[in-house]
Amino acid sequence: MSQFDLMRTPPETAAMITPLLDVRGLSIALPPGADRPLAVDNLTFTLNPDEILCVVGESGSGKSMTAHAMMGLLPAPHVRVAGGSLLFKGKDVLAMPEAEQRSLRGGRIAMVFQEPMTALNPLMRVGRQIGESLREHTALPAPARRARVVELLDQVGLPNPAELAEAYPFRLSGGQRQRVMIAMALACQPDILIADEPTTALDVTTQKQILDLIRSIQAERHMGMMFITHDFGVVAEIAHRVAVMRHGKLVEYGAASDVLNRPQHAYTRQLIASVPHYIEHRDDHAKAGAPLLVADKVRKVFHVGGGLFKKSKEVVAGDDLSLTIHPGETVGLVGESGSGKSTLGRSIVGLIKPDSGRILFEGTDLLALDRKGFRPYRRAVQMVFQDPYASLNPRHRVGDIVAQGPVAFGEDRTRALTRARELLALVGLDGSAADRFPHEFSGGQRQRIGIARALAMEPKLLVADEPVSALDVSVQGQVLELLDDIRRRLNLAMLFITHDLRVAAQVCDTIAVMRRGRIVEMGTAREVFTHPRDAYTRSLLDAIPGKSWHIPDDLQKVKTGSGLAGAH
Amino acid sequence: MLGFAQLFASRLVKAAAILIAIVVMNFFLVHAAPGDPAMVMAGEAGAADEKFVTQLREQFGLDRPLYEQLGTYVGKVVRGDLGFSYRQQRPVWDILAERLPATLVLTLTAFLLALAAGVALGTLAAVAVGTWADSAITVVALLAYATPIYWIGLMLSLLFSIQLGWLPAFGYETIGAGYTGLAHVADVAVHLILPVITLALFYMAGYARLTRASMLEVRGLDFVKTAKAKGLTQSRIVTRHVLRNAILPVITVAGIQAGQLVGGSILIETVFAWPGIGRLAFEAVLQRDYQVLLGIFLVTSIMVILFNILTDILYGLVDPRIQVSQ
Repeated sequence: MSQFDLMRTPPETAAMITPLLDVRGLSIALPPGADRPLAVDNLTFTLNPDEILCVVGESGSGKSMTAHAMMGLLPAPHVRVAGGSLLFKGKDVLAMPEAEQRSLRGGRIAMVFQEPMTALNPLMRVGRQIGESLREHTALPAPARRARVVELLDQVGLPNPAELAEAYPFRLSGGQRQRVMIAMALACQPDILIADEPTTALDVTTQKQILDLIRSIQAERHMGMMFITHDFGVVAEIAHRVAVMRHGKLVEYGAASDVLNRPQHAYTRQLIASVPHYIEHRDDHAKAGAPLLVADKVRKVFHVGGGLFKKSKEVVAGDDLSLTIHPGETVGLVGESGSGKSTLGRSIVGLIKPDSGRILFEGTDLLALDRKGFRPYRRAVQMVFQDPYASLNPRHRVGDIVAQGPVAFGEDRTRALTRARELLALVGLDGSAADRFPHEFSGGQRQRIGIARALAMEPKLLVADEPVSALDVSVQGQVLELLDDIRRRLNLAMLFITHDLRVAAQVCDTIAVMRRGRIVEMGTAREVFTHPRDAYTRSLLDAIPGKSWHIPDDLQKVKTGSGLAGAH
Repeated sequence: MLGFAQLFASRLVKAAAILIAIVVMNFFLVHAAPGDPAMVMAGEAGAADEKFVTQLREQFGLDRPLYEQLGTYVGKVVRGDLGFSYRQQRPVWDILAERLPATLVLTLTAFLLALAAGVALGTLAAVAVGTWADSAITVVALLAYATPIYWIGLMLSLLFSIQLGWLPAFGYETIGAGYTGLAHVADVAVHLILPVITLALFYMAGYARLTRASMLEVRGLDFVKTAKAKGLTQSRIVTRHVLRNAILPVITVAGIQAGQLVGGSILIETVFAWPGIGRLAFEAVLQRDYQVLLGIFLVTSIMVILFNILTDILYGLVDPRIQVSQ
């Protein structure tokens, strides 16, 4: 612990020199009719050279707005700075003429964005996109720019940088694209690097690589860095100082070791308490009776591309996938994107048909059934989808959404609607919810509706495909508790698909780790987390951010006692 | 570039297959006409006695089995023999070859003008969105789109040739002037102005609206934010990042319309007495000149295929992702 504390203390010299960035009383106004008048309210903080400042908050806390104001990226004229100043090396950025601001952007202050898949122009070679920055801010001639681009790509650890500079973004993976974004940001040796959730869209092992890269580059160049994130694990990995934001206001600000280990503000404490921690796995599940579901050597191959004269490419999404789920058991299917975990989940629900293998539900092979024969089993196996915003029909009332399933199976409509209200109450929504439309609810509430919809069919097995990955941490905790509560009350079996090992640790009895379409390791949560056998599982566990950080003991207790507090 | 050659080759093979299908359809269309072609031809020639018809049948091989006739027909088409128009007493190919250049000059000029002006106006409107310039462009585009094309043509010729006397009201060239060389080109160009503007206005309106909408959509994408964060100038962001991406749907629509333009200029050619394929088709329908109609059908089909290939190539050049997914 002492070594940890030492490492995180900001350099003592920091107080004596002028801060790189001095934000004083910054307020950003939202257009009239927004849920609050100010997106950012009287924000004050400083950023010193050679320092990583983590700005933490949930969605809508105004953390990205602050960064955007600095870069002149606010969506004018609707959103504007209402007051305060942003001093860069003592000079107010907001008072500068546009041309001078532009020379700062990408020159002295650079930014890396959240979504590497969409942040690059799809029609321009990556080398040129990096070169544009140099062309704008330096006097380098074209050949020197090209050489510099290759050098930059090499510095961010990309293989064959010369070749890669000529590639279009679609040929690169998400991690590679984020490296290109970082190279672009570093092109003109900026004094400040703003990173807006740069690893949120990446797989956990890629996230680790990018975090390592960012940290080493920051240390090497002594840049000031503003790192925006919602993940306290990431904060624990890299932060020197931390600023916690809520509803546009700064609620806590201090050295990383203080905020992480001795949080003062109630909101910070709540956020830290909802951070899932992988060490707390469940006790072994006592398997009783015959298995509810057995997947036996399931294989699915997708055919990509191809045409009249061209052979399509085969992509093996799942191969030799076998697992069993007992009544009341929660099996976690863990893996990175493209590992085939959703393919298996969708095969079990009957959304896709595997090429070979068997899926036995209470002894009946679902794959051998025709459409009509499969219909009764649709009731028994229900799915909770990832995106609560896209999975509910926006034109139907919530009550109808929940009642539709039973009505389709011949239930009386009035009875189904009464039952729907009961279910909505069960998932923690009030009675009036049934008469409203999905858009009137928050993400967490919508996911509750999604769960109520699945439960309306009285399923025996629930397949939950990344049910919490689109939600904020505190909401995520509530939805996980709800799922766990329902599982216990109804003795439901659950297949829980997730990319987040910390979440899996919290809710799963059994864990199956998938990689490239195969299950590489399967065992009880205790076994997998304490004695991982497979090298890949070990690398996954190793990549979890913030492992060395021990969540303060008093906050770990808060969590188990909170129960089903409030629906949001 | 290998991928590009492959793309081009596969397009050519597909085009050939479609062309064969069109020729075969053409053949069966002739046979679907009431009676058999010999009766039609006899009727057209104005002599309908039994002996003449039998003679015709033998002459054109109509007493042969269907597949053999098909073979003969395809062979003829491949050699450029599209049949004979009894109405005009000339081979169909000669008639088409005479009319095609006029139509191509008119439609291609109009098309390029519409595309250039439409994209420029749409870009301007998108950059100045919400200002008077945007509103003005939107209103003009809406008017041009909603007003019947022949009415615009008539009004333009009323104003510029009858009232002001600046431009010729109709025709392809000054009849009987006998210009040669550059003088001839200039003469045709002057005659072109009114029909080209009339035809271009309508398509320009569409491209302007499409470009504006597409630009506004692309403007909100993440990579435009990246470009801004790089400190690029507004003009560079618009041309290099926004417009290049926004132009893709415009190319798709323009590609489809370019093919149709060849056959779709009937109204303009009629209003301005332009001696092109469109008017030829119109006349052929009125006179039931089947041979000419089928010839036009074939030629316009080839044009559509040709423009589709051009669009695909252009698309492949603009969007690098296409070569892989195809």
